[in-house]
Amino acid sequence: MSEAPQHRANWWRVFGAPIVVGVLSLAGLLSALLAGDPGRYFSWFALGVPLAIAAWAYLRKA
Amino acid sequence: MFLLLLCLTGLPLIFHHEIDEALGYAPKMDVHAPGAAKLSLDAVGRAAIADHPGSVLLYMAWDKDEPGMVSTFTNTSVTSDPQTTVVKAFDAYTAKPVGLLGTGPMLVMLRLHTDMYLGLPGKWFMGVMGFLFIVAIISGVVLYWPFTRRLNFAAIRKQKSRRVLWLDWHNLLGVVTLVWALVVGGTGVINAYAEVMLGIWQRNELAAMAAPYAGKPTPTQLALLDKVVGNAMKTTPGMDVAFVAFPGTPFTSTHHFAVFLRGDTPLTSRLVKPVLLDGETGEVSDTSELPTYLKAVLVSQPLHFGDYGGMPLKIIWALLTMFTIIVLGSGLYLWAIKRSKVRRGARLSASTTAALGPSS
Repeated sequence: MSEAPQHRANWWRVFGAPIVVGVLSLAGLLSALLAGDPGRYFSWFALGVPLAIAAWAYLRKA
Repeated sequence: MFLLLLCLTGLPLIFHHEIDEALGYAPKMDVHAPGAAKLSLDAVGRAAIADHPGSVLLYMAWDKDEPGMVSTFTNTSVTSDPQTTVVKAFDAYTAKPVGLLGTGPMLVMLRLHTDMYLGLPGKWFMGVMGFLFIVAIISGVVLYWPFTRRLNFAAIRKQKSRRVLWLDWHNLLGVVTLVWALVVGGTGVINAYAEVMLGIWQRNELAAMAAPYAGKPTPTQLALLDKVVGNAMKTTPGMDVAFVAFPGTPFTSTHHFAVFLRGDTPLTSRLVKPVLLDGETGEVSDTSELPTYLKAVLVSQPLHFGDYGGMPLKIIWALLTMFTIIVLGSGLYLWAIKRSKVRRGARLSASTTAALGPSS
């Protein structure tokens, strides 16, 4: 489950998800500052993504 | 270890308002009838001085979330040690003191977090620690590739050894909190050097604003505060007063009041605009925008404290701080294991060499 199906290093496979999480985090940090109430709600979602990923990794069966 | 200290002391500071309230260190405001009239600012100022006879007012500030409260900063003189400044809240309707501000356990946490009770050198040291935090994050990104290139994203190898399990958690929590940690670390470094930037502003922009009044003595009779604030607010309609700096304090010249105005959005409420007013007449002398580097300091504060998106954001901020603590702790654990392995290997190699004897 945890090992990649093909043992071939692929830059996008390794860094793709972290980049998406990073962009969402940055958008969340700025949206609460710049976009009023909608921005505040979006920030909760965007900055909550890392928490959701960690919870998913913790609860997922090995 | 210093990074752990920064995280461990930063965690309760996220909820300092709530903790102060729960422990009884927050001012207790009376409830006033709708439409009740506030007292003049001068009445509040007089009450602050009467509360601390022999002291002078340095600043008055207003919390946008507590419009009925005025914070006063008093000390024996405008040049006294800032650490001895008394910060007290007063009821804007009755001029009654309602409690000290910035005291109790949260002040201890704040001092440990910002300067470790070492003053300016402590702040600079913590700034360097913040910079090292950023370097550590970047080094983590470099190491992420070799450790995870053959794994799926978020892979936690629960069946393997404890070291591998903690390595996977270290990599996962580190990479998902990467941007947040970079922003919090970077804004922490900016905040650590805020006083340096304030000094640059004083010597350049503020000195230029006050230059036409050079040589004017310190006012013997100060203008009425209500007039000072009223004149300042006329310069930029729609903005509200954030704080007033009295003549001689670091935020203004020896002859002027400085009134700092703010907007009403999360961003503009941080980007204050200074208005310089004559200390004796209360007339506007000059107004300008803050320079970019000071705006950067002001914008960096909410991005460091996480206090600009309501309670859900504070909770998320706290959980992300806990993740960072786990990343730092697991990093130390993995480093210690690797170090002991290397030492064991070196000892084994040495004993093997000794058993085989010197090679010819």
